[in-house]
Amino acid sequence: MSQHSPGGIMIIMGTFIIALMLSQIPLPIFLEWWRPEFVALFVIYWIMALPQRFGVGFAWLIGLMLDVLKGSELGINAIAITTIAFITLLMHRKMRMYPLWQQAFVVFLLIVVNQFIFYWFQAVTGTTAGNFTFLIPAVISALMWPWVFVMLRSIRRTFKIS
Amino acid sequence: MKPIFRGGLPRLSFILLIIIALGLLVSDYRGDSVRPVRSVLSVLLTPIQWLVDIPTKIADDISMVLLERTALIKDNNQLRSSSIILERKVQQMTVLRAENIRLRELLNASARVDDKVLLTELIGVNPDPFQHQVILNKGSEDGVFVGQPVLDAGGVMGQVVEVSLYTNRTMLVTDGRHALPVEVVRNGMRAIALGNGNHGELDVTHVPDNADIREGDVLVSSALGGRFPYGYPLAKVVYVLRDPSRKFMIVKAKPLARLNNSRYVLMVGEKPKPEPIVEIVSPIQSLEEGS
Repeated sequence: MSQHSPGGIMIIMGTFIIALMLSQIPLPIFLEWWRPEFVALFVIYWIMALPQRFGVGFAWLIGLMLDVLKGSELGINAIAITTIAFITLLMHRKMRMYPLWQQAFVVFLLIVVNQFIFYWFQAVTGTTAGNFTFLIPAVISALMWPWVFVMLRSIRRTFKIS
Repeated sequence: MKPIFRGGLPRLSFILLIIIALGLLVSDYRGDSVRPVRSVLSVLLTPIQWLVDIPTKIADDISMVLLERTALIKDNNQLRSSSIILERKVQQMTVLRAENIRLRELLNASARVDDKVLLTELIGVNPDPFQHQVILNKGSEDGVFVGQPVLDAGGVMGQVVEVSLYTNRTMLVTDGRHALPVEVVRNGMRAIALGNGNHGELDVTHVPDNADIREGDVLVSSALGGRFPYGYPLAKVVYVLRDPSRKFMIVKAKPLARLNNSRYVLMVGEKPKPEPIVEIVSPIQSLEEGS
């Protein structure tokens, strides 16, 4: 485990660039609430898989980038993503043992935390949020989790990132 | 027994990172002190926005290539006829403009200058459903500034809220935080059009119960806020409710700009120059100097 593949970090950053792009792709208006939180999903996966390499610092930087892309006040996404990264770090051993559907449920709860933090800060800084529609992405993200998991695992295995 | 996680967990760094993020958040909310950080990061992330835009561009190109000849001819004819109509209007315009200038001179009003226009392409949409923002491909390099009005062929789209080197972020008029002073073309009644966070709808607020406003009225920017030039169309009134139990009427308007599917937009106006400092010379002093 101590031997890190040198290209590994580039591959991980590559997956995050893809996640950031996915979070930016324009969707039609009726689908705008149905966008999975790809960046958060990828953070959860990489922390679960490689907790010794991918920590809260990384998550924080990724969150900051998301803030810039989303145009939210700097730091909101950083706080949300770092928090769920920390929770994942707390329970990554348990999560690895779970079957996929159970992992998906944990992911649902994590994304709920993420959404609550994000929209709570958004509301404090002046954007109106009336109802609970902002929890739809948590459901969609949980449904997406098995695919994200399998895809990232195959990437990790192909490039032997450890 | 020692718990498994003790020691391995970066509790301290987690708390530190959260505190730093909170600091950034507060200073971003309160002022401009972190604007440099944001603009550096957004220049770094601009390639991502370009990459995201590539599929749309390619799709556009492909549909251009695949356009049928008959459709092209039809389009062309349509454009030609509309251009003739517009040209006729422009012919009248020159006369009208001259007349307008003459009348304004008679009234001693300041002459209206043509606005400078910059053609811009839309390269992204803010994914956050609560924020109606788009990303345009002109930045401070091209002279874009915060507060600059953005229009499309239909009317006012919004204003610039954030500028980086090569891109800018424009808040649309339907964003819940946007407000625009307007007036009714028919009678010059002033009002304020607020975005309410719904696509394709604006609230016209604080219209007194006896005001003369009807469905179908066109609202234009009134230039009272000092940001938008006078007279660009913003919206058409689609709903008026006169309810005696309320102090104000409920008025809804529909934006005339195609906020969701305009790809080419115009940015008007020039960065306001700081007022030159003029030394005030009292008449007595100037008399003394003259003698």
